[in-house]
Amino acid sequence: MCRTDSSEFPMAEIITLREAVAALVRDGDTVAMEGFTHLIPFAAGHEVIRQRRKQLTLVRLTPDVIYDQLIGAGCAKKLIFSWGGNPGVGSLHRLRDAVERDWPAPLEIQEHGHGDLSNAYVAGAANLPFAVIRAYAGSDLPNHNDKIKFIECPFTGETLAAVPAINPDVTIIHAQKADRKGNVLLWGILGVQKEAVLAAKKAIVTVEEIVDDLKAWPNACILPAWTLAAVCCVPGGAFPSYAHGYYERDNRFYQAWDAISREREIFQNWIKTHILNTLDFSEFRRVLAESAAVGVRQ
Amino acid sequence: MTAAQPAYTTNEIMTVAAARLLKNGAVCFVGIGLPSTAANLARLTHAPDIVLIYESGPIGAKPPVLPLSIGDGNLAETADTVVSTPEIFRYWLQGGRVDVGFLGAAQIDRFANINTTVIGDYKRPATRLPGAGGAPEIASCASEVVLLLKQSARAFVKKLDFVTSVGHLDGGDARKRLGLPGKGPVAVVTDLCLMEPDPSSKELTVTHLHPGITREEVTKATGWEIRFAGTLTETPAPTSIELETLRDLERRTKLAHGNVVATST
Repeated sequence: MCRTDSSEFPMAEIITLREAVAALVRDGDTVAMEGFTHLIPFAAGHEVIRQRRKQLTLVRLTPDVIYDQLIGAGCAKKLIFSWGGNPGVGSLHRLRDAVERDWPAPLEIQEHGHGDLSNAYVAGAANLPFAVIRAYAGSDLPNHNDKIKFIECPFTGETLAAVPAINPDVTIIHAQKADRKGNVLLWGILGVQKEAVLAAKKAIVTVEEIVDDLKAWPNACILPAWTLAAVCCVPGGAFPSYAHGYYERDNRFYQAWDAISREREIFQNWIKTHILNTLDFSEFRRVLAESAAVGVRQ
Repeated sequence: MTAAQPAYTTNEIMTVAAARLLKNGAVCFVGIGLPSTAANLARLTHAPDIVLIYESGPIGAKPPVLPLSIGDGNLAETADTVVSTPEIFRYWLQGGRVDVGFLGAAQIDRFANINTTVIGDYKRPATRLPGAGGAPEIASCASEVVLLLKQSARAFVKKLDFVTSVGHLDGGDARKRLGLPGKGPVAVVTDLCLMEPDPSSKELTVTHLHPGITREEVTKATGWEIRFAGTLTETPAPTSIELETLRDLERRTKLAHGNVVATST
């Protein structure tokens, strides 16, 4: 890919999440919704389910509960990842059902390690064709992932592993703040979000709040408005993960997810009630609070 | 066991035995679950200056309670610095700045290769496990690797269903031949014993039995004919300080996470 067409990078518009997903996420796209336990774009993932996107290739280092929901809801045809689990709880039952029993559809998997997948985003952001790392000698992963290849260093002769750059059609992340121009500030555990945004053809960022002045310090992680396609104000949009400085991780939800996701029918009812039949993320939060109050979550 | 000695669980002696392997000041790349518990126990007992690195980006984390996930906020808040995930892997791990990789696994073989990917066939797995995470790179690049897992014949297998991360591959100087920079696994700590690779063959050899554990129990809980060192040492029982520190840490952790208990993932 060569970035010569600046029209690929229009200035961010501050729009609703519904508008952003409708305009920017298409069936069949390669979509990265990144977040390393922190700032996971749950609201955006729900909106992708709500708008019934199909045949997506989902990319993420650590697919967790939101990817379990997307996979179980039938949005994905392929998953590119390096660790898929419910952090601190156990398995992702919807991911496992898709891989082990093709439900609701077969899921192609392309499996990496964090080191190579994070560097595949770096290569994507740098407009290079591949990333190089020192790993995988003797591992079975390259035998099952033909995207991991070995190359010889032209200078030292050392054998190194190479993986192709990741350039998502759309990257979606959640951040703490944007200003009114759409410049975005995030802090805390940053994972691979900046790289995933800069590697993407288009990026959507949901934020906790929009402020007059970011009051950012030099070297802060800022994504300038002109690197983003859309900025959407969705307070609480990372729930049940956390937003550093705003709210903590809802560990109880992660634990409750184990029971919700274990059986297909319970899962489908949950998705219908909480996502498909809700208008947006704030209605989702309200319905979830109500169902939690009557013990449906458990 | 005399009345003066504190009673402890097999999990506790495993955690304590692993913690003791970490030297004060060591730079330790920590996996979530048991490795994180043991590394923080080391930090709170004999190794206050240990540098804990988590793959989500915190360097020098000093979490007041154990993190439930590998990216908990308390890791960032207490870290000396927080960097991006690519940077952790590029500059800090691959850059050769990590002394010890501290990892768990679902399956292990006699040369300390580990599987965290699948049980059964890759395409049609009996059990799909979470996958590699950062383990292949940690196992390649950390100067040394210490592995922690509970011992059973299901976990300690003759042949791995999948080699996710390389230990000593087929033994001997295999790591050198593969060009891997780190020394690989130097110890495997279980709830029954401590194993170390034989200096030349690199086959795991039991060097320490935990108090009250017999050779027969270890043999029964291993899927291959496990070797024992000529001189077997008994793991010293946990001291009361080690036990109190560990229990206090787990109690505070449970309270902080609303009684959601971390599992090894």
